[in-house]
Amino acid sequence: MKIKSFKELKSLREKISNSRDPEKNCITICAGTGCLAYGAQSLVNKFKAEIEKDNLEEEIDIRSTGCHGFCEQGPVVVIYPEKVFYRRVGLDDAAEVIHKTVLNGEILDRLLYTDPSSGEKIIHEDDVPFYKKQMRLVFGMNGQIDPKSLEDYLAIGGYSALAKVLNGMEPGAVIEEVKKANLRGRGGGGFSAGWKWESTRKAKGDPKYVICNADEGDPGAYMDRSLLEGNPHSILEGMMIGAYAIGSNEGYIYVRNEYPLAVKNVTIAIEKGRELGVLGEDILDSGFSFDIKVNRGGGAFVCGESSALFASLEGRTGEPRAKYIHATDRGLNNKPTNLNNVETWANVPLIINKGAEWYQSIGTENSKGTKIFSLVGKINNTGLVEIPMGMTLREIIEDIGGGTPKGGKFKAVQTGGPSGGCIPEQFLDMPIDFDALTKVGSMMGSGGMIVMDDRTCMVDVARYFLKFLEGESCGKCVPCREGVRRMREILDDICEGRGREGDVEILESISHALIDGSLCALGATAPNPVLSTIKYFREEYSAHIQEKKCPAGVCKELIRYKIDEENCNGCGVCARLCPAECISGEKKQPHVIDQEKCIKCGSCRESCKFDAVIVE
Amino acid sequence: MVNLTIDKKKVQAEEGSTILKAAQSNGIEIPTLCYHDELTTSGACRLCSVEIKKGERTRIVTSCIYQVEKGLIVNTQSERVMNVRRLVLQLLMARCPESEIIRELAEKVGVKPQPRFKPDEDKGECILCRQCVEVCEEVVEVSAIGFSYRGADKAVGTPFVEPSRACIGCGACAYVCPTGHIKMEESDSGKERVIWDKTFKMVACKVCGRYFAPQEQLEYIGKKTGVPLSKLYTCVNCR
Repeated sequence: MKIKSFKELKSLREKISNSRDPEKNCITICAGTGCLAYGAQSLVNKFKAEIEKDNLEEEIDIRSTGCHGFCEQGPVVVIYPEKVFYRRVGLDDAAEVIHKTVLNGEILDRLLYTDPSSGEKIIHEDDVPFYKKQMRLVFGMNGQIDPKSLEDYLAIGGYSALAKVLNGMEPGAVIEEVKKANLRGRGGGGFSAGWKWESTRKAKGDPKYVICNADEGDPGAYMDRSLLEGNPHSILEGMMIGAYAIGSNEGYIYVRNEYPLAVKNVTIAIEKGRELGVLGEDILDSGFSFDIKVNRGGGAFVCGESSALFASLEGRTGEPRAKYIHATDRGLNNKPTNLNNVETWANVPLIINKGAEWYQSIGTENSKGTKIFSLVGKINNTGLVEIPMGMTLREIIEDIGGGTPKGGKFKAVQTGGPSGGCIPEQFLDMPIDFDALTKVGSMMGSGGMIVMDDRTCMVDVARYFLKFLEGESCGKCVPCREGVRRMREILDDICEGRGREGDVEILESISHALIDGSLCALGATAPNPVLSTIKYFREEYSAHIQEKKCPAGVCKELIRYKIDEENCNGCGVCARLCPAECISGEKKQPHVIDQEKCIKCGSCRESCKFDAVIVE
Repeated sequence: MVNLTIDKKKVQAEEGSTILKAAQSNGIEIPTLCYHDELTTSGACRLCSVEIKKGERTRIVTSCIYQVEKGLIVNTQSERVMNVRRLVLQLLMARCPESEIIRELAEKVGVKPQPRFKPDEDKGECILCRQCVEVCEEVVEVSAIGFSYRGADKAVGTPFVEPSRACIGCGACAYVCPTGHIKMEESDSGKERVIWDKTFKMVACKVCGRYFAPQEQLEYIGKKTGVPLSKLYTCVNCR
């Protein structure tokens, strides 16, 4: 059915809302990529089969939703209306969940989440510490809707912001609202979205393009993917509002092909949007026309850089070009182009619906709203977290993330992806926003947050990120193509015991030349992991270079594993696990490692419950 | 005309002109490697980086692309500029240790090799300046060569490193190559030319008998310009 006016949209929304009973039992199953990998699709099928078998369709709804964020605990199931939170739900649990929990209100203890710090079992989703301190304005809808259903999106107020804009707001007023909200780009740069829109609107040229950058490539970061997968219409709606404000009729979503579910769900959303009439010609009889094409990227990290993204969209090699002229003037096909990241677009309907003043009330002075981070690494609760700007790193890591797993001590947190930096413990109480992170030598980036403990070697971390960037450098300009590689070679030497006096100074000198001399931000920010680890962990570099030691016990060439006779009780676990079969000893007697045969894999240290394996 | 300052010298340049051109026409030398007057300026080598000051803000830009602006203050020799230039030359010396051109340029600028960089053995003398690919696409218009891979593995060549059907053996790529990496070889008799692993039959001039151009190149020119082949079979000297 195609709707042709604001009135028809309103009555359709009312019709959908009236047909839904908020008190009806509904089993929602997370069907984001993480939970799908845990087998969520079979679980959905199983629940459906059980409900059909017992003719319970009238009593129980079932919905496969977008990502809930707590990916580590998947498959995640939330039962409405009480919002009972079950994790790691298996196929064998389905029947019991239906008959005991849904129909009888009985809680299944084994499926509850246990707070690792208090040992307490938690029943309701909102009480899970991981969610409790979050402010899930953008991401929260994911769990409530089936991303393939436009009705679900309409039911939670979807496309009302679009209707509001088209029904009486001048384009200039829309831009003013976004400027007033001080929405800053969530893709990394933190540039004011409103200013960008205004520049594109004012630029001469036709057509004008609106693009959604979904070429998320930072290792460990997946918030954009989960938004596109879980709530694609919110991004489309944001783009439509932006296009109306800018004066554009053509949009593109540039999404990496390695995100098949995101591509699928956003393609379905576009098709349904067209069918309903919120996309296409003369939308809701407003005179405004807009359509969106999905373009799948070939997996080059550099294509997240705007000019490389345009080149790729144009069918050329994804290489950046010098940006002395802004994309807002000459971007895709040399026409005025407004490029924003997935999360930025998803914020737009919120701002329009609730107003700039409301949005302004969240966050810090110069960074408003919320930010989604992907919290990964040495942390108890891994997943996607959305927090108001200004929350401290400590709150995110300790309260939401549940701290570092037992046995490890927090050492640093890496933010901003490969181009970001490592932040040490002394800054944990810093309220984070765009500017604060930059000030300590890191950046917001797209929102990657990798927690590291005392078993992480900072030189090795710098090497890891440089290796990633070396592989992703497009190879166009000399400093990035050759310089990153040379830096990585020096870091290899340092990690493998060939470090020389003066290496740190050479790394610093190359870094400064790379910052000044690279053609695009990939090369110019590539030194950040090196510079920030030198700044805060210089003594670790010295230990590697001068003493040929790796204090964290990571760099294989510089360490050896030894069994402490005092602590070893001869249980033999390490010997059984050792892949090189180099641990020997009598039962209940201290064991010994044959240093000649040892491959330094560390499995003995990981497996020892008595801390008897030490690193020298 | 636009008034600006380069290395404390007040200069004038045409609007739309680049810093590099403005400097060159005023006798101020800025080293370049990937720049060619007739080709797209890619700004890939970064050797022509200069420091500009606008108001209180200074930044490093590539002079071959950045256009002159009124009141711009340009420094082509600042410490930051020299740091970039030094690194670029050291990196290229390590990539192409055999290259005389690079070594001479480095000596001229006063840059010594960085002993910490292990010289490459597999890159030949190619510095990936892009001029060959650009001339083939923009001037000859056959696009017989292009780039493959990325990062340090990036390489220039024909598709799938096979003899290219599009290549007409004109040798423009070898001609523009600043380091002499691209080899074009002719047989002793002059009857054959080999470039990019493809052997071309050369045409002898109808008048002087000198083998002067590949058959495929003359056919391509004939097709493109409409000049009959019979005319093209006479070499430029004898025409």
